[in-house]
Amino acid sequence: MLEIKNLQVKLEDEDKQILKGLNLTVETGKVHAIMGPNGSGKSTLSYVLSGKDGYEVTGGEALLEGKELLDMEPEDRAAAGLFLAFQYPVEIPGVGNMTFLRTAVNAQRKARGEEEMSAAEFLKVVRAKAKTLKIDADMLKRPVNVGFSGGEKKRNEILQMAMLEPKMCILDETDSGLDVDAMKLVAEGVNALRSEGRSFLVITHYQRLLDHIKPDVVHIMADGRIVKTGGPELALEVEQNGYADILAEVM
Amino acid sequence: MAVAEAKLDATEARLSALTLPEGAAWLTGLRQAALARVRAMGLPTRRDEYWKYTRPETLVQPEAPQAALFDVSDEAPIFGAIDRIKIVFVDGVFDPAASDDLSLAGVEIERLETAAAKDIHWAKDVYGALEINGQTPVARPLAALNSAFATDGILIRVTGKAAKPISLVYHHRSETSDVMMHHVIRLEDGAELTVLENGPAAARFNKVMEVDVADGAKFHHIRAQGRDHERRAATHIFARLGAESLFKSFTVTANGVMTRNDCVIELTGDDAVAHVAGAAMGDGDFHHDDTVFITHDAVGCESRQVFKKVLRNGATGVFQGKILVKKDAQKTDGYQISQSLLLDGDSQFLAKPELEIYADDVACSHGSTSGAIDEEALFYLKTRGVPTAQATDLLVLAFLAEAVDEIEDDVLRGEITGRLDAWLSRRRG
Repeated sequence: MLEIKNLQVKLEDEDKQILKGLNLTVETGKVHAIMGPNGSGKSTLSYVLSGKDGYEVTGGEALLEGKELLDMEPEDRAAAGLFLAFQYPVEIPGVGNMTFLRTAVNAQRKARGEEEMSAAEFLKVVRAKAKTLKIDADMLKRPVNVGFSGGEKKRNEILQMAMLEPKMCILDETDSGLDVDAMKLVAEGVNALRSEGRSFLVITHYQRLLDHIKPDVVHIMADGRIVKTGGPELALEVEQNGYADILAEVM
Repeated sequence: MAVAEAKLDATEARLSALTLPEGAAWLTGLRQAALARVRAMGLPTRRDEYWKYTRPETLVQPEAPQAALFDVSDEAPIFGAIDRIKIVFVDGVFDPAASDDLSLAGVEIERLETAAAKDIHWAKDVYGALEINGQTPVARPLAALNSAFATDGILIRVTGKAAKPISLVYHHRSETSDVMMHHVIRLEDGAELTVLENGPAAARFNKVMEVDVADGAKFHHIRAQGRDHERRAATHIFARLGAESLFKSFTVTANGVMTRNDCVIELTGDDAVAHVAGAAMGDGDFHHDDTVFITHDAVGCESRQVFKKVLRNGATGVFQGKILVKKDAQKTDGYQISQSLLLDGDSQFLAKPELEIYADDVACSHGSTSGAIDEEALFYLKTRGVPTAQATDLLVLAFLAEAVDEIEDDVLRGEITGRLDAWLSRRRG
């Protein structure tokens, strides 16, 4: 599904290398987790994959189903099936959540040459999906993320994911700022979307999210590279011993 | 103070191209008095403080600059689906065939030209009277010029609750038309009326609307200004509000090489409410000026000014807004916001917000900002698959929403949003 080869990225404004030859392959239908200490480049990886300005790719490639992502505009990446659940979802005053969701769904359908969803059909689908995420009618009407609590914002991200039905989902510290109940709700939303044709890359600091979203593969990232890869037990090791031991061992 | 010679020359040059229209004594007297006011003030020049950001030359020069007509192609006209009394003017000339019958329960509707032939008319106490009030502390000579030379207009007296809106439709069919129109609206105690206006009216349009809102009356005004890009317009609204009355005016402007909209409101009765809002969008040599002056002269009144402009490719937006709170206008609640969204580095927004407060128990706030599109929001939309152009439009509409939301009526608000959508999609092609 996603193949990242020797990816090298620096900040555009300063001469600072963030990703230093990152290799990662996420197979179709699998859930991979990336853990790592602060400043290891986890969020940069998610931003570069989704096409945010301010980063310069100095080498390597990132392929989604064999297509080079890094040459595409963010909206084309989305239409190709990539989705980033933001660590800090953006507030957009003046744009209703419903309008936003419907515009996004139909823009992607249009880009893929599919028929747009009618207002009635859309309403039916969005209501059903919102209900399972405990998103009420009021949240759907309000401007995107404006005045939403931390938990509401993250649930709203998962709702967008559910509506857009991407192939490759990147969750950037989706657990940050969530209490246990909210995290469970979000994890349930994600688990409901797991399927044979859909892959996930879950970026997190903590093992606890991985109790709820069980990964197939766990990677440890440090200093702009994947330094260790293993099964779910690797996450437990980090939880018990911290990163220091692992980093000392590999670096 | 004597009028400077250059100003005098420009004023006389303009006046020499005009003739006072004929009419009954009541109106002729008012017109001659207005002409005397014009001579005393002189027409505006770029050296006038009040015209610092908007050059008045093309509004003052004797001949109207030529203005090409706008091709609306197959677009449905705005307000077309609204049940209304339609009154149509083509380059300032009343078009009876295209207009509805001027009859509506609880409302007297009459053309200025018709009223001018009558010996006695209720409008004699209002015509030019609110304009005169609005001449201090700042002179508005183009309005006095209008009071003197306006050839037609609509006089409306409302005694009840009007069942449907009165819709003034202005067509522009001649590339050189130079039109002055003067409307007078009087709402008696407790009366209610909505007035709609749309269209470019002329190559050069000078319009005055005087609105006298008596105690407890409610007046709503929604205007969509003409999109003929080369057209020029100088408009004035003068409103006087009685106790517990309500005045709400909203204007959308898309295109127009020169627009100066003055709105002068005097709150004279306690607990009156005045809201004035505008959404303007333009590019290239678009120039749009909102000049608002609200005077609080009674206790417990509320006023709101909400103006938003979207500018690109070198367009210019101007806002001059003032709230004057007189000594006895305690418990005043005044709010003013003017904001521009600059879609590129070539466009400019010039704002002069002012508060002048003599009462000591008031709440007044004002703010003015200029900004670019929010890159974070744009990126967020793009990651959801919305293409850049469409995402930008969505953010433009979101920016204008605060002004558009000032329109109370859902259907009318929908009409205005439709006009904004149409402007954006035309640009997108």
